[in-house]
Amino acid sequence: MKVSLFITCLSDAIYPRVGEAMVRLLARYGVQVEFPKQQTCCGQPAFNSGYWDEARESARTLLAAFDDSDFVISPSGSCTGMIQHYYPKLFEKDPVMLEKSKRLQAKTYEFTQFLVQVLGVTDVGAVFPHKVTYHPSCHGSRLLGIKDEPMTLMQNVKGMELIPLPFAEDCCGFGGTFAVKMSEISAAMVSEKAQHVLETEAEVLVGLDMGCMMNISGNLMYQGKPVRVMHLAELLYEGVKLA
Amino acid sequence: MNHGQTQPATVKERSHIALNNEFLRKAVKFTTERLRNGKKKASEEHGNWEEWRERGKQIRLHTIAHLDYYLNQFVENARANGVHVHFAADGKEAVELSMKIAASKQAKSVVKSKSMVSEELHINHALEEMGIEAVETDLGEYIIQLAGETPSHIIIPAIHKNRYQIAELLSKEAGETLPADTSILAGFVRRKLREKFLEAEIGMTGCNFAIAETGSMVLFENEGNARMVSTVPKTQITLMGMERIIPTFADLEVMATLLPRSATGQKLTVYMSAITGPKRTVDGDGPEEMHIIIVDNGRSLQLGDPEFQELLNCIRCGACLNACPVYRHIGGHAYGGTYSGPIGAVLTPALQSNVAEWDDIANASSLCGACYEACPVKIPLHDMLVYLRNRKVEKGYGQTAEKIGMKGFAAIMSNSKRMRSVVKLGQIGQKLVVRQGLIKTKIGPLKGWNSVRYLPSLPNESFRERWDSLVQEVKNENSPMSEDIRTRMEQALKQRENGGRSHG
Repeated sequence: MKVSLFITCLSDAIYPRVGEAMVRLLARYGVQVEFPKQQTCCGQPAFNSGYWDEARESARTLLAAFDDSDFVISPSGSCTGMIQHYYPKLFEKDPVMLEKSKRLQAKTYEFTQFLVQVLGVTDVGAVFPHKVTYHPSCHGSRLLGIKDEPMTLMQNVKGMELIPLPFAEDCCGFGGTFAVKMSEISAAMVSEKAQHVLETEAEVLVGLDMGCMMNISGNLMYQGKPVRVMHLAELLYEGVKLA
Repeated sequence: MNHGQTQPATVKERSHIALNNEFLRKAVKFTTERLRNGKKKASEEHGNWEEWRERGKQIRLHTIAHLDYYLNQFVENARANGVHVHFAADGKEAVELSMKIAASKQAKSVVKSKSMVSEELHINHALEEMGIEAVETDLGEYIIQLAGETPSHIIIPAIHKNRYQIAELLSKEAGETLPADTSILAGFVRRKLREKFLEAEIGMTGCNFAIAETGSMVLFENEGNARMVSTVPKTQITLMGMERIIPTFADLEVMATLLPRSATGQKLTVYMSAITGPKRTVDGDGPEEMHIIIVDNGRSLQLGDPEFQELLNCIRCGACLNACPVYRHIGGHAYGGTYSGPIGAVLTPALQSNVAEWDDIANASSLCGACYEACPVKIPLHDMLVYLRNRKVEKGYGQTAEKIGMKGFAAIMSNSKRMRSVVKLGQIGQKLVVRQGLIKTKIGPLKGWNSVRYLPSLPNESFRERWDSLVQEVKNENSPMSEDIRTRMEQALKQRENGGRSHG
């Protein structure tokens, strides 16, 4: 069975450590992940801005890269959501690519979905003796319905104090190009989100989407606040090494 | 926004004003939080909320798909009940029809209950030009009418004002200083409005639902003012959006379950009036003459449009506004139209069929989907916002800089080698601006982002560069796969072949 990593352009360029944690964690379950190098980006920045021709050009690289994979796993609920919800729309007038989109749609999983729903892993055996708070990213939780999976995984981490984030379900204000186009509104949103993170007095903020994490951590660093920001895959892998 | 005053042209400029208004932001946060918590509690208490939502959606989908049929049925029944039914293709016609009725009654005063359609038509303005006094009788509407503003929320028109600001406004009206005590302020308005109800020749209402099988129009309200408006004056004019129809009273039960809970967290609205024609001889009260003006004003543009038809399903509860993290910070006036929040960002341009304006308001969303999640009839507003942006681009209204940027995006992302080269260039080029692993400069496109954040620098090695060595390292760590996991993976594959995996 061929399990392929869709790293996402953001984690590829800025957070390779997230992909590494996923690969190493899954290796512990005998899942050998492979990485088709022709992949680039899901096309969401262009799609969300209304530039669908441009989005299709980017999306085609994924359809080609994962054509013969059995499972495609990704560290982002947002990029997974793009494939799940919008690829069929994007290629609705192209029967060949539409068929490919539907196949990709059926085999793509966000990381915790794959771990919990497919592999049936709910306790990775991690130890993480820190105060942690969790931001549920909008696309993962709302478009894909990923709510219980990360919670179960986190509750089973030993020594970790999980502190509920106030207004957790509110968007952090990233929204891809939104943060640049509507920077003032986005700034208000991220400032409030960071404030809520600080209210929890957590040492670590964890999430499932590095776009949102980059946004919130960017503001926390700007404020000079030493909150560590991680993807859940990193936290779990680090915890496994500590155990 | 003040009537007659020109507001800034872009949503960016308008939200800049709102973001710098601490009173507004505090007031909007306070009330939207109260409302969404109320909704959460009420929907959980009721139970099976997702099933109710689905039921609501199905009723609305069915009605809109057969709107011609149900509209005809409604009109026939309403006429049989003695109602004068009129059709208005646009706002201008609706206003003219209303003015004609007002003129025939030689009206000097009109009392109004809360109606978003009447806001859409700017009917108060037209009445005033004819020398007819128009008095809003919903407390929130009355407040913004005194302030010379438009509503900033679908159901809480004065959401952006706190009680001190309201006390100041009402004190001016009273000619004495009223304390910022809500019961005293409401008491003053109640006394004042009593006189107005008794004076008015015409009562003007909106319409929450119109029931096809009986020709009845239904009003939901909390203050009793709509009941006064629809019983005291001799003539009633109801302005009704053409999509307000539901087939039967049984469908009203579903709507009456969804609307108050979604709007305010109430199990029941305080007053729900179903009005079936003018006063009969046996009735103690009610208008002698009743008119219903069915307003199109851009609504039929959505019919038959697969991307936007569901907009007509909206029951105007305002739940999407209360859930929206953008609305939370900028309030309603920043949207620039009659309808605000996520529904307004889609509905305002859709009703006006105005491509040039589309992108602007549609951009004021992070596409987080909270609106869809909150919507009692499951309108996919977050998708519609993207469709709006797409239509603007398709019609050639995209901004030049963005167009060039997106061409560049496609050129880089259509080829992984090119993407790798660009990342490489970034890794080298960033050395000019990286300090302690962070990019803090506020120049160029980083100005907005870095005004409240730092940007992480690119690590020396991207994931794709790291891959070859990583795969060698991990090779030695690989555990054998357990039977259980192998079986589960195979099952997942099999399930998929049988079409078993559903999405979201």
